[in-house]
Amino acid sequence: MKVLNIIETAYRATIEEQDDTIVWLSHAVRGAGAELGVLLRGNAVSYAVKGQNAAGLTFGGWRQTQPPDIAHDIVSLMAKGVTVYVMTEDLAKRGIEPTDMIGGLERISRESLVPLLAAHDRVWYW
Amino acid sequence: MAQEKTLVFALMDAPYESANTATALRLIDIAVRRGYAVKVFAYEGAVLLPFSRQQRHPNAIHGRSVEEENHLLTREVIAFLIAAAKQNGGTLDWVNCGLCVDERGAGEAIEGVRRGSPADFWQMAQAADNTLVIGTR
Amino acid sequence: MASYLLIESRDPYSSGDNEFCLDLARRLVAAGDKVTLFLVQNGVQPARSGAEAAGLVALAQDGVDVVADEFSLRERGIAPGRMHPGIRPSPLEVVIDRLAEGCKVIWH
Repeated sequence: MKVLNIIETAYRATIEEQDDTIVWLSHAVRGAGAELGVLLRGNAVSYAVKGQNAAGLTFGGWRQTQPPDIAHDIVSLMAKGVTVYVMTEDLAKRGIEPTDMIGGLERISRESLVPLLAAHDRVWYW
Repeated sequence: MAQEKTLVFALMDAPYESANTATALRLIDIAVRRGYAVKVFAYEGAVLLPFSRQQRHPNAIHGRSVEEENHLLTREVIAFLIAAAKQNGGTLDWVNCGLCVDERGAGEAIEGVRRGSPADFWQMAQAADNTLVIGTR
Repeated sequence: MASYLLIESRDPYSSGDNEFCLDLARRLVAAGDKVTLFLVQNGVQPARSGAEAAGLVALAQDGVDVVADEFSLRERGIAPGRMHPGIRPSPLEVVIDRLAEGCKVIWH
């Protein structure tokens, strides 16, 4: 069973979780044997941007030593054999240029979304 | 007809925060009335849906006592859904994401709720007729 | 031909992303797929006649079956007689029917 995880909600509790919970879940189900694709759309397209930096937060005397590094988590997901797609229209709306992005992603347009959905048995929209 | 179909629901919203919760519980209600095998993977805030320490409260604005207000507790709704599944020859298997439980201190859940992981979600989804993900915003 | 159920829980007045679901429905139908768009929660707000809902009405004309959750309509005081032509009330059971049939069901 091939599943496409579409991730739209972004930066939801990523500081508290120290990752994106759906990128994390994608790692976990891949580890359990899932044949998986991931599509970043909406605000989640900025997970593909280089130079994201959530480091340095302190709360009183508490210092966050392990801030989220979502671009790294995307790269390591791809290294596990998961194809990560990113929606071009959502990138363009946010002024994100190809040179702003990490490598290895598949750029797809809305026109290509229909065949992408057809190529997967299940579509999970997060 | 009992157990004719197996459906999985992945839920993310915490109780009392989103209209998604009521719709999800309505969907589960329909499936258990049909005697389906229903599996729920509660992820993130949704692990608090069956939290056993939820308590009713009165509502002074409504002018009603605790008993009169009969406040909806999601833990009670889930317990009723588990019972309804049994009555109809089906099942309701509710799996709370264990790490999500730990970070929220939500370990006290009603009877019938078990602890699991995304790997359990994948196993459930793989074996099911279909899966509906209801994410959070 | 694949069968899709798109569940739209967002309304176009407060969610800029509502358009994504409508656009996807239109593209799927154009590709020959069978598509039902199920409006639920605040997603039913544009179902009221007189509401700004040009996108939804056009979808119905394009062959998308546009239905709205009866409870969500009632909860918001939208009577069946006050709905846009082309959008009809539906019980939530439709979602379980489609899931049981193995249809691709996407919640937005």
